[in-house]
Amino acid sequence: MIKLEGIQKSYGLGKQKLHVLKGLDITIDKGEFVSIMGSSGSGKSTLLNILGILDKYDDGNYFLADTLIKNLSEKKAAYYRNRFLGFVFQSFNLLAFKNATENVALPLYYQKVSRRKRNDIALEYLDMVGLKDWATHMPSELSGGQKQRVAIARALISDPKVILADEPTGALDTKTSYDVMEIFKRVNDAGKTIVVVTHEHDIAAMTKRNIVLKDGFVVDEIMKSSELEVGSIES
Amino acid sequence: MFDLDKWQEIFITISKNKLRTFLTVFGIGWGIFMIIILLGAGKGLQNGVERDFSAWATNSGFFWSERTTISYAGFRPGRNVTFTNEDTEILRKKINGLSYLAPRNRLRGAGNNVIYNNKTGSFSVYGDFPGYSKIQLVDIAAGRFINDKDISDERKVAVIGRNIKDVLFEDEDPTGKYIKVNGINFLVVGLFDSRRTGEQADRDTQTIYLPFTTFQKAFNYGNRVGWYAYSVKPGYKVSEVEEAIIANLIKRHSIHPLDLDAIGSNNLEEEFAEISGLFTGINVFTWFVGISTLLAGVIGVSNIMLIIVKERTKEIGIRKALGATPGSIISLIIQESIFLTAIGGYVALVIGVAIIEFLAGVVPDDGFMGPPEVDIKVAAGALGLLIVGGALAGILPAKKAASVSPIEAIRVE
Repeated sequence: MIKLEGIQKSYGLGKQKLHVLKGLDITIDKGEFVSIMGSSGSGKSTLLNILGILDKYDDGNYFLADTLIKNLSEKKAAYYRNRFLGFVFQSFNLLAFKNATENVALPLYYQKVSRRKRNDIALEYLDMVGLKDWATHMPSELSGGQKQRVAIARALISDPKVILADEPTGALDTKTSYDVMEIFKRVNDAGKTIVVVTHEHDIAAMTKRNIVLKDGFVVDEIMKSSELEVGSIES
Repeated sequence: MFDLDKWQEIFITISKNKLRTFLTVFGIGWGIFMIIILLGAGKGLQNGVERDFSAWATNSGFFWSERTTISYAGFRPGRNVTFTNEDTEILRKKINGLSYLAPRNRLRGAGNNVIYNNKTGSFSVYGDFPGYSKIQLVDIAAGRFINDKDISDERKVAVIGRNIKDVLFEDEDPTGKYIKVNGINFLVVGLFDSRRTGEQADRDTQTIYLPFTTFQKAFNYGNRVGWYAYSVKPGYKVSEVEEAIIANLIKRHSIHPLDLDAIGSNNLEEEFAEISGLFTGINVFTWFVGISTLLAGVIGVSNIMLIIVKERTKEIGIRKALGATPGSIISLIIQESIFLTAIGGYVALVIGVAIIEFLAGVVPDDGFMGPPEVDIKVAAGALGLLIVGGALAGILPAKKAASVSPIEAIRVE
């Protein structure tokens, strides 16, 4: 589903140049539930930006669902983000002036789905995360856990190939974090590929495969399910 | 296509900063308001002047005799030039392009010169040809104007103005009655109204027209002509006909060819053209001021939109992460910009037109100013200008918005 080949990325120019990713090779198959760990400066944010088509990479190849994601126009990038990816953010990133349903429906708006239809679909996904009764509430009326569940519903609504979650539990207390991870697990059980970026070990432990980054390299990999193949290790 | 989500977002952004939105919209509105008021007032001025001209055919002119100033052909300077019936006949024959040539005389002497029963009044009395009614335009309210038969039969008939009727006849019907002019009886055959209003109309209608031939005979004018009014045929320029007439008169009255003061003339066409030019100038100035003000307003909107974009950076980032194309972001910002300018402009347009309409109702129609007026085409043009202005104001902020990186969505404040 995801295939990274020798991905390199650096920031800045000349002597100030900071080589963040130094040739990453990672393969993630369909239906995997992967966590990417690493301390600050390990390159995991950069990796997430590249995986999310939010940023460009300097060298290598990135295949998402067998599509080479390289040198895309803004419009094309927007298209792939919309169709292939579902984002879940640390700070939820719900639009404050839209209610739960409208927030969930937003990705379908960019697919030009009619208002009525996308709100109907949004309601189904809200029901899936247990928030049907909160459909017309504004984000300010929801708790942190509820907000993140709305965000997950929003990530799922376009039926993406991969869910990318950036520190999805970073702003939540432990119990709520586990609830959110429970939802991810359920979604994964339904066959969805999920990549979670986190620095919390207990959260990483709830995924099926851990990829640990350090200084722009994969330094460790832990597989917890025998049915999964061993991914590539280091470059 | 109507896109409810887009409008919802626009309204939310606008309502979040009511004061700022108001000031922005006000800036645009002020520009449009200025244009409407200035154009309306200019048009009022123009209406006033055109109303003054309405009593005259603009393809007409006058000429009259003066004293010579240069000795010529044995004559000393200071000689009075006198026009006669002979001039009338020759000019009518020789001058191409003359439509009407109306010789005129005015009764000299002051004091009460007109009597009806026991009432008297002091009025202007003219001897005229039928054609004069085609040069100074009047509306016949009852009866008729002087006709050719009056001229050839030297009938003692009179056409009187509304003011004279009011003074001498009050509520009586004047037609068919006799009035005494300098002791001679004239049968009133017509009553006329002025095309102007107010004091000008009063002046215009303190006038009695008598047949020219009758006038000359009755008041001992012999074959003398006081002055001429004339109009030209379509396709001829008044100034050219004027030149031809004066050249002819100079020759036959033994006036020095360079003695330009011996014959006075006045050309309504030229005057009218000068004033039309003046109004073109006023219009150009108005649009210049208006568009400058509008431009300031547009820059204001652009500025506000830039701030809005900056404030919404995170939101735009989120949208892009969720799949918003640059195009959709640009159209959102430009639509908002057009909306702001259109609202401001439209409200100002309505207020401006309302004020102009109100003024048109209260400004008396006899002063220097006529009723102010707004041309609907001008209003539509101003609105069109606004839409363009709004779009222009949105371009820069929209480009800025479109260049927001989706990474903004991930950044944690």
